[in-house]
Amino acid sequence: MIELNHVTKTYPGASQPAVDSVSLTIPEGEICVFIGPSGCGKTTLMRLTNRLIPITSGSISVDGKDIMGLDPIELRRHIGYAIQQVGLFPHMTVRDNIATVPKLLGWARTKIDARVDELLTLVNLEPGTFRDRYPRQLSGGQAQRVGVARAMAADPPIMLMDEPFGAIDPINREVLQDEFLRIQDKLKKTIIFVTHDINEAIKMGQRIALLKEGRLIQTGLPDELLNRPADEFVKSFVGADRVLKRLNLLKVRDAMMTNPVHCRSEDSSEKVLEQMVKNDLAFLIVTDRDQRLLGYVNQYDLRGHKGHAGDVARKLTLTVSPERNLKEALSQMLSYDLGILVVVGEDGRIQGVLNSTTLCSLVGSTYDEHGGHWGRITAAGRIL
Amino acid sequence: MKRERPRGNYLTLAAVIIAFILGVEAQRRGYLNFARENPGDIYRLLVQHLQLVFYSASIAIALGLTIGIVLTRGFMRRYRETILNLLGICQTVPSLAVIAIAMSYLGIGRKTAVFALVVYSLLPIIRSTVAGIFQVDPALVDAGHGMGMTPRQVLFKVEIPNAMYIILTGIRTAVVINVGTAAMSFLVGGGGLGDLIFSGLAMVDAGLMLAGAVPTACLAIILNWSFERLEKLIISPGIPRGD
Ligand SMILES: Nc1ncnc2c1ncn2[C@@H]1O[C@H](COP(=O)(O)OP(=O)(O)OP(=O)(O)O)[C@@H](O)[C@H]1O
Ligand SMILES: [Mg+2]
Repeated sequence: MIELNHVTKTYPGASQPAVDSVSLTIPEGEICVFIGPSGCGKTTLMRLTNRLIPITSGSISVDGKDIMGLDPIELRRHIGYAIQQVGLFPHMTVRDNIATVPKLLGWARTKIDARVDELLTLVNLEPGTFRDRYPRQLSGGQAQRVGVARAMAADPPIMLMDEPFGAIDPINREVLQDEFLRIQDKLKKTIIFVTHDINEAIKMGQRIALLKEGRLIQTGLPDELLNRPADEFVKSFVGADRVLKRLNLLKVRDAMMTNPVHCRSEDSSEKVLEQMVKNDLAFLIVTDRDQRLLGYVNQYDLRGHKGHAGDVARKLTLTVSPERNLKEALSQMLSYDLGILVVVGEDGRIQGVLNSTTLCSLVGSTYDEHGGHWGRITAAGRIL
Repeated sequence: MKRERPRGNYLTLAAVIIAFILGVEAQRRGYLNFARENPGDIYRLLVQHLQLVFYSASIAIALGLTIGIVLTRGFMRRYRETILNLLGICQTVPSLAVIAIAMSYLGIGRKTAVFALVVYSLLPIIRSTVAGIFQVDPALVDAGHGMGMTPRQVLFKVEIPNAMYIILTGIRTAVVINVGTAAMSFLVGGGGLGDLIFSGLAMVDAGLMLAGAVPTACLAIILNWSFERLEKLIISPGIPRGD
């Protein structure tokens, strides 16, 4: 846990404080993202936390202990710090760079070697290729990833990461973000993460702290920042598309309608058609006995058909996993001009449906149960 | 690099040919007679010369590195400029004058010679140490501190290895110049190859002079070359060398 208590920092000779009375608590195991315009004091706050620079007034405590009462060297070995400029040591190989803190802590050689390879794999760099390179033989993005690995090397419970993915291309950045979140899920470190990218902030942060000219303007869950920006500055910072950004935060699972209306393959075509007409449904999902998705039927195919609905079912290939985020789901919907996506779990069972209206209502403010060319999709369950 | 090599070889070849021609000419004029008749003397003076260089260089390196490092520490911030300027002024005093001044206080002998040589080679070493440490990217120092290195660890594991290229260049220059300056030790009774050179000059005896000058020149060249080798050995291949 990191607690900032009215932290103020005025650099010698500066007329205005670089950090002005910031109070903030970062609970154990959480990622708190600092975001704000250049020069708003993000780096300064980090350097105050690991005592690289002295506080002018206020106090910071780490795990309940005031940092001024701790040995600065011990404190810094306890806090992984990935600096903004990366700062890899040019005279050392990638391996030795990553091994810096483990060596300071006196780890055994074999343990260090294993850890280095583990970390390189983690940041998506092939250990065999990169272990023995020198920093000058790395691209900017590769160097940055080694920097992150170096900060994580001794598995510190607290990490300060100053724009750790800034120089990495969007695809690799996404991979790293996902990987990072995945391991964070297990390791539960307390992390301060600086970024300039609001989308990254929304994705990475359990909590976001928005700073401006050294002051904390708003802090809260990503959703709160998007949904209830405190003032015009926050509103403009999170962007005019803040409603769309919320889609990134939500999973299909959160928005889908469970137990959608459907029929089984062995149901009689005649009866299914009857119900569809009655309920004004143009299409209907067909499943097997185990709720596995088989396809869909429409009124036209069923008309005059004697037998099981499953016999005339058409294939439904576009489905979505409940764990995808809504932005991807919406994009899928829009690019295939679908009014609906069927949500199917890994086992093939249908878990629900997502349609544009439930989607809109979730991110927007109005809720309208009806719509879409599938007619009225309801949570009615099996139709017969 | 690859294109440099053959050119280097041609140069070496040219140097060998020129040296050979000069040698033949010297032989014809009888300049080599002294060297042929007194190899023991030359050897003794060469050893003396080497000792002068070795003692003075060792002291100057130890002292220069220490002073240079101390000057780069934060607490010296206020005095750094003044001290470097003062040392700069001292450096403008000609080596001969330094030797003369040293002699008036320390009298005649090897100690005086070594002292004067140390004084004379100190500044380039201090300068290059300070310059070398200052050109280390502050982000590296920051990263070192940020990861919990002690100030000493930052100095030895980050600053010095990254400043090494410039520091060694300074040391090499100082030592090579030292080889030449050491010839003047003769003037204060310090011995060395200067004995032959200055006696030769005084007696207008080219043979005597060359017997001192040629080994001195060779010594400078060999030392320079050894230092270049040493640089390759101790400077990390990760540090770019302006190639
Ligand atoms: N060592 C320093 N001495 C004096 N002023 C400084 C120093 N470091 C930073 N500042 C000033 O403090 C303010 C905050 O700087 P800081 O580096 O914390 O900004 P930042 O939020 O990290 O910006 P960026 O997003 O560009 O990295 C800036 O106005 C900067 O000019
Ligand atoms: Mg910064």
